[in-house]
Amino acid sequence: MKLLIVDDSLCVRRKIERSALGRKGLSILTADNGQQAVELFEHERPELVTMDLTMPKMGGVECVKRLTEINSDVHILVISALSDKLTALSAIKNGAEGFLKKPFSDDELHCALDELVGKYVDAS
Amino acid sequence: MPHKNSIAKNEMISMGKMVSEKEIQVFIDGIKHYFKTVSDSQAVVGTPYIIDTNEMPSNDYIGIINVSGLHTGKIYFLAAKAMLNHLLLSFGEKNISSELIVDIVGEVANTISGNVREIFGSQFHISVPIIRQPNFSHDELFLDNKSFSVPFRWKSYTAYLVVCLK
Repeated sequence: MKLLIVDDSLCVRRKIERSALGRKGLSILTADNGQQAVELFEHERPELVTMDLTMPKMGGVECVKRLTEINSDVHILVISALSDKLTALSAIKNGAEGFLKKPFSDDELHCALDELVGKYVDAS
Repeated sequence: MPHKNSIAKNEMISMGKMVSEKEIQVFIDGIKHYFKTVSDSQAVVGTPYIIDTNEMPSNDYIGIINVSGLHTGKIYFLAAKAMLNHLLLSFGEKNISSELIVDIVGEVANTISGNVREIFGSQFHISVPIIRQPNFSHDELFLDNKSFSVPFRWKSYTAYLVVCLK
């Protein structure tokens, strides 16, 4: 099982990675923009993705759309500071399954990742 | 932290669309929420005050967010290196690099700016962060118009959020 962490912030990517590590059989990939995420996704086919929305080159909503076009079974959790309802709905409409608002606590992140992994386990 | 230019309610109203009491409060709430969520210490926010175009507060690092849409302008988060180091420790970092310090000043600016969309709506468009490191030219930091500065303390550090919006 592979998790692709997409965020233009290094400290956020590292924080998500630390929280995800330790889950049995999970390997981690990272990308710092949407374009790089699409390229990695095509090669590595991760089952799980965490996705920031405000990023250079390609934003998160467009990236969610592209990833679900490549593989509609992918499970995507959006992790973003853009906390208005329209943005969250737009991400979900394009294929994301969950939304975690930044800033988040360690517990909130851990629970959100548990839920993401659980969706994959339930579906497979 | 009262300031000679502290904003009285009637002054804010007289500034029309530039700022309103509610809008200032949204940023104050954003600062408090950010530090309460990511660390074990709350931020203590001082009284916001109006600054002129050449009165930008100084600090080591600045994260700048460009705003477009219904509002236009910039949001600046200014912090000392020691504060950013401490914040990274709160993030769980053990090996703090200059790359991480530059990154987190932008992330704080981005997060607080993004959160205000909850009130301002999706037409409050924000850019990815632009970072100014120590030794930047202060000539770059002339504000486009009168702005307000929100000083706050987190642990023993003083930082500022400067909101320059029309």
